[in-house]
Amino acid sequence: MAVGAAKAQEAEASAHARTIEMTVNGKTRHVSVEPRTTLVEALRDNLGLTGTKIGCNQGQCGACTILLDGTRVNSCLTLAVTAEGAEIVTVEGLADPTGDLHPMQTAFAENDAFQCGYCTPGQILSAIACIEEGHASDAAEIREYMSGNLCRCGAYPNIVAAIEQVRDQQEG
Amino acid sequence: MKNFSYSSPGNLGDATEAAKADGTLIIAGGTTMVDLMKIGVLEPETLVDISGIGSLESYEVGSDRMRFGALAKMATVADDQAVIDAFPALSETLWKAASPQLRNVATLGGNILQRTRCPYFRDTAYAQCNKRDPGSGCAALDGGETAHHAIFGGSDACVAMYPGDLAQALVAFDAKVVVQGPGGTRTIPFNELHVRPGDNPEVETVLKPGEIVTEISLPIIPAMANSIYLKARDRESYAFASASAAVGVEMEGETVRDVRVGLGGVASVPWRATAAEDSLRGQPLTEETAREAGRIAFEEAEPLDGSAYKIALGADVVAGALMTLKSRMGGK
Repeated sequence: MAVGAAKAQEAEASAHARTIEMTVNGKTRHVSVEPRTTLVEALRDNLGLTGTKIGCNQGQCGACTILLDGTRVNSCLTLAVTAEGAEIVTVEGLADPTGDLHPMQTAFAENDAFQCGYCTPGQILSAIACIEEGHASDAAEIREYMSGNLCRCGAYPNIVAAIEQVRDQQEG
Repeated sequence: MKNFSYSSPGNLGDATEAAKADGTLIIAGGTTMVDLMKIGVLEPETLVDISGIGSLESYEVGSDRMRFGALAKMATVADDQAVIDAFPALSETLWKAASPQLRNVATLGGNILQRTRCPYFRDTAYAQCNKRDPGSGCAALDGGETAHHAIFGGSDACVAMYPGDLAQALVAFDAKVVVQGPGGTRTIPFNELHVRPGDNPEVETVLKPGEIVTEISLPIIPAMANSIYLKARDRESYAFASASAAVGVEMEGETVRDVRVGLGGVASVPWRATAAEDSLRGQPLTEETAREAGRIAFEEAEPLDGSAYKIALGADVVAGALMTLKSRMGGK
């Protein structure tokens, strides 16, 4: 791109930019975004929280799943400007401050619920929400309500086992 | 994604005023819109975000009508026990659509206005698409892959399929939508909201600039309580319908008093199979009458080479839905 065109684009971008406030993993954060900036871009590029992954970038794979005000959403289809004032939890916010893993993280490790690991942050956040929503009564329901998270390594049986384990711990 | 300006008005009056300008699109959950903006199919100059208008989120199942604010979330309504009890097919059209992440964000109003999944509409590498670029032609009809195109309601200009599930329950059970625009409020029967492609496939609804769907409502009728949404698709979950049916039955003794059939995955607009319904009213509900209703539902289909399979599949889906309802009624 010519220098002039790049400068023009930069000027246009700054004209649209605005600062939004979000609570991310318990901390208040201010981020300067354009209207077209997606939430996953703001998390990764502006805040350096690269645990949230971009897979398909069109809402089909679920690698970008985060919790927004307590519910799981695809952060690649969420415009960052619409997250003004929201409370966001990413995979970086799951372990407690002493470093102890979230039970779902532990269950994924114990059940070998991943191979390459790329889909895992999204799978774990989605799995937490799946139980929270009350849609983990049996393996069939877990599979139905985890269908928004794809795993190209095919770790599905072990992902289901991990979710059943955490569900049973919570019920016990 | 091309840049745009963004506003989020706090009330409907400001939203309809802001939304009537050329180049402006209304966004709510955004699960289709953001996707289409990323791939360059939609390039609005301005987005008016109505998701903050809290008054449009409520819904209720009353004694004679059920009403849903346009911003009620798919997941919330799908999981609501009052909805499941009163109209199980409606809940099913919601939880059998999209993924949990999308349903947490997507709204009922946005759902009924979702855009086609036609691959030639969605891929700007194809120059031909009368819906995206009026007058450019139709890549599907010009030798394209047509497995997921309409066998009802298409035209020589466009055979794109309306992909939604909820709309099939709404069209079969006489829903209405309330819209508010710069000129005031009006109520539209659901079966008049969407328009067939005809010569102008870029026009998909009767909504005018600035008009916003604010409410969807349905009269409560006996056939709702015994209803089902059967959805056949390429994989078991998170896929659009290859053929689907929203069906409800009310029996009077051994005969069908009322029956409703809406068909998904087969038409250019939400589709009610009235001839199939008529064939069943006053008849006993048997495997034979159910299969005949399925056959009649697809009698007038106009398939393309790739979509001919939908006729047999769709007829089986209609018959299967009817027989499942019969078995739920205890085989009566």
